[in-house]
Amino acid sequence: MKKKLYDIAHSRAGDKGNTLTLSLIPYKEEDYPLLLSQVTAEAVKKHLCKIVAGKVSRYELPNLPALLFVCQQALTGGVTTSLAMDTHGKTLSYALLEMEIEV
Amino acid sequence: MKNKIRIGCGAGFSGDRLEPAVVLAEKGKLDYLVLECLAERTIALAQKRKRQDPTKGYDPLLERRMEALLPVLKKNKVRLITNMGAANPVAAAEAVCRIAKKLHLNVTVSAVTGDDVLSQLTGEEVALETGQPLRASGQLVSANAYMGTDAILPALATGADVIITGRVADPSLVVSPLVHEFGWSLENFEQVGQATVIGHLMECAGQLCGGYFADPGRKDVPDMANLGHPFVDVSSDGNALFGKVAGTGGILNLATVKEQLLYEVMDPSQYFTPDVVADFTQVRLQEVGTDQVLATGGRGRTRPGTLKVSVGYQAGYIGEGEISYAGTNALARAQLAGETIRQRLEGKLQDLRMDYIGCTSAHRTVFGHYPEPYEIRLRLAGKAATAAQAALVGEEVEALYTNGPAGGGGARKYLHEVVGIVSVLMPREKVTPAVTLFRS
Repeated sequence: MKKKLYDIAHSRAGDKGNTLTLSLIPYKEEDYPLLLSQVTAEAVKKHLCKIVAGKVSRYELPNLPALLFVCQQALTGGVTTSLAMDTHGKTLSYALLEMEIEV
Repeated sequence: MKNKIRIGCGAGFSGDRLEPAVVLAEKGKLDYLVLECLAERTIALAQKRKRQDPTKGYDPLLERRMEALLPVLKKNKVRLITNMGAANPVAAAEAVCRIAKKLHLNVTVSAVTGDDVLSQLTGEEVALETGQPLRASGQLVSANAYMGTDAILPALATGADVIITGRVADPSLVVSPLVHEFGWSLENFEQVGQATVIGHLMECAGQLCGGYFADPGRKDVPDMANLGHPFVDVSSDGNALFGKVAGTGGILNLATVKEQLLYEVMDPSQYFTPDVVADFTQVRLQEVGTDQVLATGGRGRTRPGTLKVSVGYQAGYIGEGEISYAGTNALARAQLAGETIRQRLEGKLQDLRMDYIGCTSAHRTVFGHYPEPYEIRLRLAGKAATAAQAALVGEEVEALYTNGPAGGGGARKYLHEVVGIVSVLMPREKVTPAVTLFRS
């Protein structure tokens, strides 16, 4: 069965220049392995292909547990000079949560 | 020497709400109150204000915050540490003294300067973001080094009631009172690493207590209207217990703390500040009571040999225009309007962006299938070297009233000057912090 990440995890977006950071935190710790196996850097890059032009890196934080995605060239040039409405990319946490995984 | 201190954070950005800091100072039993009010671009804009008036260039909300806070800070013996000095910490300190005098309070204020390194730049330095010399970005308006705890400690040593800085790293606002009170060594990188985790969790204030968290039905936050800001009890071994004032709104739990811990972090194993390269990967969080989370295990290694310098440059002007369409075929009419303006502005702007608000303006795409929205707001934004040229965008959107598709309404136009930010690294020896003491 397919489920949106929205149903099992929460996320907050952050920005550094033209780089977007997205945390992915499961509501239940037991769902962490599911995220670990399916929400790979490649899968996120594919899901956000219209948004992220550069590389996506994934960091694992098993203690929390949580994942962190760092997406290069994702903010149409960066906060200060971008013509976009959401120059910080703050709404993009909910773009990640639209991703579907198999559960 | 104390074995435990309490620090509150009452502002997480320059425009943050005023009341939560007052509540913290009044009822939080604090030793220190921190106000973080300086985003990357804020200081460049402040620098421009200082050029127009040498007595300005500090945070525009300084007076309002101080009028509300000084009496209660004095009464409860809470020391204030803030970066509201922005481009002019000395003028900010003088302003605080003026307000204190008006309120008949004896206040000492310590201004921390030295972050302004514009005069040291040649323009040949290579920007980290572009790989090009700084001068290629545009005319430089500001250059401020991120100073660290070592710059704030001498100000704390003066005993001043208020410590007011320009650009310092956000976590250092919290690290510095810990190092000051507990006599920690700045060379003890493990300890400074944990202190940096504490500072990072505190620096966005309300975001730790359920601000920027709520999602109705999924992540509910009680009494958001009275959202409280956080405090932290830190013991001399570095253990940190986060909490908020009883009776305030919001929520502080594992989920809110996890979101904040990872907020704006690039590589959790090496989080660079002027104080330390901190490691967040071994942090352990424990919910020990209602609105109480314990954080341990932050680590660190080494202190960077360079400081990041945030450089502001003139980046021209952005003009914007917006107009709404509603009912059947709204999206098609908005698209026709956008395309019409694109043709009318052909060759007149450096860049023109078109957004359909209600459809694709935030995510630049749509995930899954959604029905066509009932109403759409068309928004255009363009960049130009001059204000007059950028203003064409708004003028053309407004002109859609009589020269565009049917049923457009609520046209608005905006124009603003743009200051861009790039960064360079500078050897820390080239940055010389200084402290000046003022009395009301």
